[in-house]
Formats: sequence, structure tokens, C-alpha cells
Amino acid sequence: MHIMEGFLPWQWCLFWYVVSIPIVVYGILKIKKITENKPEAKPLLAVSGAFMFVLSSLKLPSVTGSCSHPTGNGLGAILFGPAVTAVLASIVLIFQALLLAHGGITTLGANIFSMGIIGPLAAWLIYKGSKKVGISITIAVFMAAFFGDLLTYITTAIQISLAFPLPTFGEAFSKFMVIFAYTQVPLAIAEGLLTVIIWDYILKLRPDILKDLNIIKSIPREGGK
Amino acid sequence: MNKRHIIMIIAIILIVVLPLMLFQGKGEDEGYFGGADGVAADAITESGYEPWFEPLWEPPSGELESLLFATQAAIGAGIIGYFLGYYQMKRKMESK
Repeated sequence: MHIMEGFLPWQWCLFWYVVSIPIVVYGILKIKKITENKPEAKPLLAVSGAFMFVLSSLKLPSVTGSCSHPTGNGLGAILFGPAVTAVLASIVLIFQALLLAHGGITTLGANIFSMGIIGPLAAWLIYKGSKKVGISITIAVFMAAFFGDLLTYITTAIQISLAFPLPTFGEAFSKFMVIFAYTQVPLAIAEGLLTVIIWDYILKLRPDILKDLNIIKSIPREGGK
Repeated sequence: MNKRHIIMIIAIILIVVLPLMLFQGKGEDEGYFGGADGVAADAITESGYEPWFEPLWEPPSGELESLLFATQAAIGAGIIGYFLGYYQMKRKMESK
């Protein structure tokens, strides 16, 4: 999902920065509030960021014959919402832009928008929606992580097609969808499964914090594995 | 770790191994297993676009790049292990 350094015309770079910055700033304020009001949730904030660090470093092969990586943005989105996840994603993306030449400083705004904003927003909405409908929490977490990952890549395909509508937006979009989104489907399934595993651990160890953050309604009975 | 998680981990391994079996014997030289980011970048360059900005710094070799990627994963894994381990022990001590 990384749009590489210099690979967007500067007007688009600017545009995505303008869109992303307010959300990141809002996320920073939200993190400040969480650390002040709910200091017991701080470790989960660190775990969410760390989860993203791990998952976005794993470049996996896909059935399309190219490699891509999961995003890890679903966990943070479920626990803290999209704005906070935008901040965590920014840290990962800056690290990768400066040290790995993955993504870039000029394309940072665009990459934050896909991996830090739209992906997490989708994950968060799906989690909230599933909870309302009453789907099992495991499936809700899986779906949230799956779509958080996939929507990140679909967003990237849209961003590139907007900047390079050659010959038309539609044709460019279908081309970049094949490159990004098709490759991503199996990886998004893997990401969904990994997110469920870490979620189960958090739920088992600290259901009190999850309830306090209003992520689950009630603490599951003790002894449930 | 319960049975459900073991099944999930096996599924993840299959997802990763399947493409390797599917395209066995093919490699980077035939255009396989490159990064999707790079494929997209190539498609953009084909249209005649010239990137207007270069990365400020690039890992000078594949080895060093893998070092940095491993570092990234290690930082993340360390933090996750630390806190989940801390929670786990805390729970154990409290239930005693």
C-alpha cells in the first residue's frame, strides 16, 4: 500500500496531507485524553502500535505471484477508533519512509490516509455494526481486521488512479485493483486470523479494560478459555 | 494457546505456503514475488511519469534492508510480549 517516494504529483501529496493532518492531530489529542483519564489502557495502546509494527514488516507471498504485507490497523481501530490508529500508523509509516525507503515523506499524507484513516475507519465501523447486530465477537473482530486491511489497499488503488487516470479513472482503477487488492485478499484473511488470536489474549487477560473502554458490554465468565 | 488458535495458525501458514507451491521454481527474475508497491510504481513509470522526489536515504543493500525490517518486527514483538506477559503474570499472582 505504500505509494513510493515521489510517485504522486505534488498537488496530490499536498491534498492528502491536508486531509490527513487534522485527523492525526485529533488522534493525538485523543491519545492524550486516554493516557490522562484511563492510564490503565496505555499498555493496550502500545500493543496496538506494536502489532502494526510487526504486521506491516511481514511481506508475504500471495496467490497473484507478488508480495505484499498486512497492515495491523484493525486491532488499534477496534480498541481506540480510527483517529488514534491514524497516529499509530503515522509512526510506522515515518519509520518505514525514513529507514526503509518504503513509502516516502512526500507520499506520507496519502499513505496515512489509506493505512491510518480509511482502513481503520472501515474496521471500526464494521466492529461497531457487528456488535449491534449481535454477531459473535470473534467474527466481528475477524471481519473488522479483514476489511481494515483490504480497504487500505483499495484506497491506495483509488489514490493512484485519481492521480494517474490513464486513460480513464475506471481503467486505471481496475488495473491497480488487480495489483493491490487481489494480492491482498489472502493476506487480509491471515491478518484477520492473527488479529483474532491477539484479541483473544487481550480479552482473556484484561476484559476489565475492554469493558472500561466500552468495547465489550460485559466481562465474559472466568474460566472461559 | 487453545485448539482454535492452533488451527488458525495452521491456516495462516497454509495461506503463506500456497503461493510458494503454486509458483514453485519461479523467482524474481521471472517477475514473481516482487513487492506489489514496486509493481504499481513500474506501472506508473510506464506512463511516462518521472518521480519528482527521491528517498532521502535507502538501505544500501538487501541485507541491510532485511536487518531494518527484522528490527521493526523485533521492536513490535518485544512490546507485545512484554505487556501480555506482564498481564499474564499479574493475573496469576492475583489469583493466588
